[in-house]
Amino acid sequence: MALLDVRDLRVRFETHHGVVRAVDGVSFSLEEGETLGLVGESGSGKSVTNLALLGLIPNPPGVVESNGVMFEGHDLTKLSDRELRRIRGNQIAMIFQDPMTSLNPLLTVERQLTEVLELHKGMSRRDARKKAISALGDVGIPSPDQRVDQYPHELSGGMRQRVMIAMGLLCDPKVLLADEPTTALDVTIQAQILDLMRDLQHRHGTAIVLVTHDLGVVAGTTDRVNVMYAGRLVEQASTSSLFAAPQHPYTQGLIASVPRLDGDPNADLYSIDGSPPDLANLPVGCPFAPRCDQRQDRCTQESPVLENLSSDSARRASCFEVETVGGAS
Amino acid sequence: MSAPLLQVTDLEKHFAVGKKNFMGKATQTLKAVDGVSFELERGETLGLVGESGCGKSTCARTIVGLYPATAGSVKFEGEELMGLSRSEWMPYRRKIQMIFQDPYASLDPRQTVSSILAEPLAIHALDKPRDRRLKAMALLDAVGLNPRHVHRYPHEFSGGQRQRIGIARALALEPELIICDEPVSALDVSIQAQVINLLEDLQERFGLAYLFIAHDLAVVRHICKRVAVMYLGRIVEIADRDDLFRDPQHPYTQALMSAVPHPDPVLEQTRERIVLTGDVPSPMNPPTGCTFHPRCPAKDGVPGTRCQEEVPHLRNIDGGSGPRQASCHLDATAATQTSA
Repeated sequence: MALLDVRDLRVRFETHHGVVRAVDGVSFSLEEGETLGLVGESGSGKSVTNLALLGLIPNPPGVVESNGVMFEGHDLTKLSDRELRRIRGNQIAMIFQDPMTSLNPLLTVERQLTEVLELHKGMSRRDARKKAISALGDVGIPSPDQRVDQYPHELSGGMRQRVMIAMGLLCDPKVLLADEPTTALDVTIQAQILDLMRDLQHRHGTAIVLVTHDLGVVAGTTDRVNVMYAGRLVEQASTSSLFAAPQHPYTQGLIASVPRLDGDPNADLYSIDGSPPDLANLPVGCPFAPRCDQRQDRCTQESPVLENLSSDSARRASCFEVETVGGAS
Repeated sequence: MSAPLLQVTDLEKHFAVGKKNFMGKATQTLKAVDGVSFELERGETLGLVGESGCGKSTCARTIVGLYPATAGSVKFEGEELMGLSRSEWMPYRRKIQMIFQDPYASLDPRQTVSSILAEPLAIHALDKPRDRRLKAMALLDAVGLNPRHVHRYPHEFSGGQRQRIGIARALALEPELIICDEPVSALDVSIQAQVINLLEDLQERFGLAYLFIAHDLAVVRHICKRVAVMYLGRIVEIADRDDLFRDPQHPYTQALMSAVPHPDPVLEQTRERIVLTGDVPSPMNPPTGCTFHPRCPAKDGVPGTRCQEEVPHLRNIDGGSGPRQASCHLDATAATQTSA
């Protein structure tokens, strides 16, 4: 049985401009110890998906619906706030993109780290401090016994991100939801943080959902990938098969439009025409159809669903042009 | 040979920071740009790369006179720009334009696109007022936007479209040089590719030169002919694009390239990577000698404590398709050893 099983998750925001369907029927599962990539552009619903799993979508304006978010036999969406709080930060932890805004500037690193331990593990202040120092050491922060008494503004961006990771891993969570953990960092620091996450995963067997828009990061760190567009999953595959043969035209375009260090620098970059649709005002049919270079008449009338590929039952795509088990084409 | 379009020599920009002493003077100096030199030819693209805080944006802003330089010279078509008065700058403002990183912050939300694009024309008293709208429409067309949207406000456009408006504004005065400060780093991948292609098309069409500042090496490799790598306010390596990416000389350039993740799982699992330890040091209190030495994986190759004590200077390196320089003691040691 999967560690985490998300079934038909839908999140909508009721705004003045109409109903924004930020996540529209997303289903996926996460196995123990694996890293699942969640890829897409800004506004595709990747972060909202993660927030919804932990019940962090404010209501109003947000409304979360699903056929269940199963974690160890519990449906997370059915739990009370109290019960959810026991899981949040403890068994499922989250790392946010911007460590400057997600750490509390008024508290020392120690207070931010020990809070979780006192709350979830009932540790004494002194034991919690010891554990916090060793956690900082684990994420490669030099002289952790001094750093623990500092405030976030005294740390560099890379250091702060390490503190966030240390905080996420304090309670040895089974699932780590990492939302663009390296996007705000420079490449040399990003390489350090990704190495660190890989290393910690090997040691603790944590399963990671890695939200990112960087296909290079996805290629190097994930086992499987979900590609999102306009709030929907358009393709699911193992990382190696996705990059070897992307099926959905959006995935194909996305991979082709990344400039590469080993590509031909004199060739024009492939680019996807147009821009992502307005989620409050989605086109009829496939949401990618207006930008798609393989568009058929049918694409602007009906919505394709995510189905297993005929050629590879471990992969799924939602496109009429791809041969699927449902016999769409 | 005529003078290069842009010639920057020993440019320095220091900021006074920190607590003030009893005389009211700041006690610390932040050397954001500390002796940068390069040349840029007409119609060429020079990339300026480095991590946050290395001084690449400060360098750009000093060149266009947004910050007064502490020392050094910037020549445009052979004419010195440093020390010019506001009015003396005016003719050069027409020839040197800038594109900024954040398409949300760099356009006035209260102006229509038409008035944003007409403003530079009005300031420089070009075209008759009634022709300016037509010019604005032509500019929108040139950057791939619908000319009929000229009456809209910035918030009615997406991020990628706003960046196109920023580019159109830079083009309005028909400049010879555009300084692009991270023009695509705030954009999504699919939009980024559109804007890169647009910048390349416009360069060909109008014979523009770009000083292209970015931290994404793959983007820089795509668009630039020459590339300068900066670390803590100095250029550590400068070379033709193909030479630099085929055979980086400075250990920092090597580490920077190695840190870029490739969108290819097979390659990612097999390739050797150099992972640097530690953070970029504070430019307020830079390390002695070579500022890269605390993080340098190659410093053991240099005998003694030379890296800790002696500042390396840019030296010419042979065997490139164009002039190429790097500042590292390692090559110098190897060179002296072979010559001995």
